[in-house]
Amino acid sequence: MKTKVLAIDDSRTIRNLLAATLEEAGFEYVSAVDGREGVDMYEDVAPDVVITDINMPNLDGFGVIEELRGTGINSKVPILVLTTESAPEMKARARNAGATGWITKPFDDASLIFALKRVTGAAAYDVRIHSGYLL
Amino acid sequence: MSGSIQDTFFEECEELLEATDEGLSAIEGGDHDPEVVNAVFRAVHSIKGGAGAFGLNELVAFAHRFETVFDEVRANRMELTDPLVQLLLRSCDHLYNLVAVARDGGETDQEHHDMLIEALDKYIPEEEEDLTFEPMGLGGPMDIGAIDLPGIATEETYQIHFRPLKDMYSTGNEPIFLFQALKDMGTLEVTLDDSELPGFDAIDPEEVYLSWNLVLTTSEPRSSVEAVFEFVEGLCELSIDGDGDADADAAALAALEAAFGSAPAEAPPEAEPTVMVEETPAAPFEQPAPAPAPEAVPEVAGKQASAPKAETAKSEQRGPNPTLRVDLERADRLINAVGELIINHSMLAQQIANLDVADVRDVETELEGFKNLARDIQEGVMSIRAQPVKPLFQRMARIVREASSATDKSCKLVTEGENTEVDKTVIERLADPLTHILRNAVDHGVEKPEDRIAAGKDKVGEIRLSASHRSGSVCIEVRDDGAGVNRPRVKQIAIEKGLIPENAELTDSEIDNLLFLPGFSTAKEVSKLSGRGVGMDVVKNAVTGLGGRINISSNPGKGSTFTIILPLTLAVMDGMVVSVADQTMVVPITSIVETMRGNDDMINNLGADGTLLSIRGSFVPICDVAGALGLRKEDSDQPPGVYLLVETETGQRSALAVDDIHDQRQVVIKSLDGVCGEIAGVAAATILGDGKIAMILDPESILAASPAAAFDTERRMSNAS
Repeated sequence: MKTKVLAIDDSRTIRNLLAATLEEAGFEYVSAVDGREGVDMYEDVAPDVVITDINMPNLDGFGVIEELRGTGINSKVPILVLTTESAPEMKARARNAGATGWITKPFDDASLIFALKRVTGAAAYDVRIHSGYLL
Repeated sequence: MSGSIQDTFFEECEELLEATDEGLSAIEGGDHDPEVVNAVFRAVHSIKGGAGAFGLNELVAFAHRFETVFDEVRANRMELTDPLVQLLLRSCDHLYNLVAVARDGGETDQEHHDMLIEALDKYIPEEEEDLTFEPMGLGGPMDIGAIDLPGIATEETYQIHFRPLKDMYSTGNEPIFLFQALKDMGTLEVTLDDSELPGFDAIDPEEVYLSWNLVLTTSEPRSSVEAVFEFVEGLCELSIDGDGDADADAAALAALEAAFGSAPAEAPPEAEPTVMVEETPAAPFEQPAPAPAPEAVPEVAGKQASAPKAETAKSEQRGPNPTLRVDLERADRLINAVGELIINHSMLAQQIANLDVADVRDVETELEGFKNLARDIQEGVMSIRAQPVKPLFQRMARIVREASSATDKSCKLVTEGENTEVDKTVIERLADPLTHILRNAVDHGVEKPEDRIAAGKDKVGEIRLSASHRSGSVCIEVRDDGAGVNRPRVKQIAIEKGLIPENAELTDSEIDNLLFLPGFSTAKEVSKLSGRGVGMDVVKNAVTGLGGRINISSNPGKGSTFTIILPLTLAVMDGMVVSVADQTMVVPITSIVETMRGNDDMINNLGADGTLLSIRGSFVPICDVAGALGLRKEDSDQPPGVYLLVETETGQRSALAVDDIHDQRQVVIKSLDGVCGEIAGVAAATILGDGKIAMILDPESILAASPAAAFDTERRMSNAS
């Protein structure tokens, strides 16, 4: 069974990067173009893990986490924050809202998969083969 | 893979830059709505994020500065003063350049780059000046040498004590996955410490009672082990004791290494009985609400099959208005097919007309329906290629800004009809001529600020760029409120350069249109801006190359207007079907000014120099098309019956003599490229209703090849007067 990722990011480039990496790594990939759409489609998609950007129109990443963790949806799935903000307060704020972890942009395939592995256990991916760097 | 994603990135950059531009322009216009400010911030932020993924460091660094300054504005820590807005606008222009350099190669203007960075840095508060940003993306460098290979490095053993705090479970972190990540790094022994677990009755479901002792033997550095616990730092009691190297590499690299050196992926967690046996029964008691119970997974997964919004990278959507990205080639193939369909219809119609059947009315009715459908499809397909001129116009705003600052003039560009849609290729090929016209308007049209004030005008010159649809054509107008064409000077220059005779008597409009003559340039010295030895004739060539026309009208002291009329599409055009020496040919309607039947009284013979057609008191040279194409001898007796008055690139009129006019209709343009070489006087070909191929004539080159061309302006002027 593939692990299903819901990626919420307003940047098409980032969505495409995520899609390429995740689909190649054997994840099922669903995306939303902003926070509002991501929250709205959450229950239909029923992802195993959510990756969300912070700076987005309509509803930002903090809002996404708050709504997903809130009593309405009461989501228990891991939520990874995808952001260029490496500032500690940014991470702290995301975590207070209920984020599970973070991926710092720009990300590479390996750190993305490693982050997913730590929150979902999904490890059906051998970086050594795909990256072509080793062995 | 990353290549096509990079293409997407550049496409998206265009959109983001447009959004930035638009937002900044709104801000410049006094709109300080937080949503506008936020939109600009997000756009630049997204550019930075994407650029980072492709290792475009210069772009990242610049976007980061822009973003940092703008974040100050967003957080209301900084006022949007006029100089700041101007700086941001120029920085946005520079972002365009950086993106273009990243995409197409080339050099950035380093001086300009440094100047902007310095200016932006002045707005960045002290504590945020640490702008180091290390991209580590797909295109970024990777330190392979630093990665420890399993089996090569020596193994270390770590004693790890891990006791989650309550808060850890509310963030969706799950111990078992952390253990799995650790296990991938080497050999892991897990021991559950449930000594704190109270009796069943005393269990508080919100409380945590479990902790774990782990023994990890791995060749990974200590930093990799720590990286596994990165997300739960502060959410658990954690101690890692071992002889592992504490001076390991930076955490980011370590994370990479950990994944690189991971154990074979097929090893599932169940293979480690120590973990599962102790973990599974404990879970429901210990963390009923906050943590995801492993049993929940299959249920969640069961819904996947019916998930309606599943979307792959191939069907990416953006924004509320769903769009579909299609290869241009596919759209063009469709356009071609529709062209064939229309030709097919014409042929069918012709054949039915030729049928020897008494009553064809029913067939004709059906055929009419077919024709309407074909036209609908054609319009639909054309609209696929059509794009709003907005991005082009936005680029022009930059051109005007740059030109204004280069000439120390102050001008603003006002755009109208930005949503007018024009064929993609037309838009692309319009960029250069439009750039030239606008630079020209700033450089030669709009006066210096002091002159404007003296003339009682606003200090800031206004250039109005508008687009509109006008009866099947697109009309692009550039109107400035400058001094207008200096006619005495233009005429004098034209005389000096030998373009017109000294005694020439020209109308105002004729003088204005002298600007389009090849080699004409009114600038006293070639200016840095609109100089480069390129004149308006190049603009005119570009426009006529698109099957369009350009005109200038000017009002002294009030300004000038350039009007460009373009066809909606390059695939189909309106043509006049004529016959020339028993051949059927098509002349583009756009180049025909007037048609008339000739009679002997109108023709004035000039002997060897050719013939003139007299029209309402003026004379235009006659060019016999059949003769020019070598289809009939020049001195043939047969007098051509019809004259098509055409206007050439230089504004000069000539009469094309043809035998007869048949029809005016839309024809599908078929390129002759690769079919036969270039034929003087022939632009392309088309297929007519009867299935015959007809040449589409190019009046310009016919005239150039005919004796009428020798009959230049000078002769015309002196004869006319």
